[in-house]
Amino acid sequence: MMGSVVPQSSRSGARASVVRRMALVSKVLPEHPRRLDADSRAWLDSLRPGGGERDAAIARLHAVLLKAARFEVRRRYAAFPHLRGDDWGDLAVQAADDALIAVLGKLGEFRGESRFTTWAYKFALFEAAVRVRRRAWQGREVPLEPERWPLIADGETTPAEGAESRELAVALRAAIGGALSPHQRDVLTAVVVNGVPIDVLAERRGTTRGALYKMLHDARRKLRFALAAAGIDVARPSEGRTP
Amino acid sequence: MTRLVRTDHDRFVGLLVGPAEPELTCEECFEQLDRYVDLAAARADIDAAVPGMRAHLEGCPACREDHESLALFVAGAAAVSSPGLRS
Repeated sequence: MMGSVVPQSSRSGARASVVRRMALVSKVLPEHPRRLDADSRAWLDSLRPGGGERDAAIARLHAVLLKAARFEVRRRYAAFPHLRGDDWGDLAVQAADDALIAVLGKLGEFRGESRFTTWAYKFALFEAAVRVRRRAWQGREVPLEPERWPLIADGETTPAEGAESRELAVALRAAIGGALSPHQRDVLTAVVVNGVPIDVLAERRGTTRGALYKMLHDARRKLRFALAAAGIDVARPSEGRTP
Repeated sequence: MTRLVRTDHDRFVGLLVGPAEPELTCEECFEQLDRYVDLAAARADIDAAVPGMRAHLEGCPACREDHESLALFVAGAAAVSSPGLRS
């Protein structure tokens, strides 16, 4: 996963046609996971092939996924002020359509370790977020050279802190320039320094989020080694941790 | 060793060097995300339940956003009806 939950070719913009198509899928589902809350059990029962309520349940599931997709598209649009137009609704519908296909296709993989709705929402939110990120970067070049280097805080440093910050900046630049492969350097610079969404970079390079993150992970490990070799121990920030 | 701790660019430096501790992959993160969010809502020990998730969310901006969105949406969608309880 992480490139896209479903193949591009599976997409249909028409909600009704997706719902109809998915109603025809007749996968044999395994027995319910043992730990299952009542709501999740009700969802699984109603979505099970052969059930009399399946078509209606699929339509309700699409509505739930669409609500999640709209939430995410609105939220992401707010983060990209240059995005205008009235296509956000279409993006949400496309995301919900693909999420529906993903959820129904993976129904047998639901292990009941979360509520069914939480499990289903994540597909809709993921599809919506990826779409908005890509839309926000549509037609824009992905910068692979540092556009900013916010290492030295102006006006807030004591002379000693300023010297430390400059020392770190020099060491980081040297490590990035000397220890990383060109691909690692490009990914680190684009994603971390320039803030290019990893999904966007993955799409431009024909790869996946996971593969790019692996490259970023390896680059970071090299950076830490290089800094340690230069006698610099970068403490991890303790603030802003999630959740 | 020179130890540099500066809050105004700690976050940026932290993103550059990434989490030092073991972390999940993006695929594992997506696989566990719903469980992680529900466990957090139930105030369970999420670090023990899903080791490596916190480090990954610190290191991966996209997965961090996905986590934030799911946690926010789930928190606001408790009233979503199930087939048996639809309003």
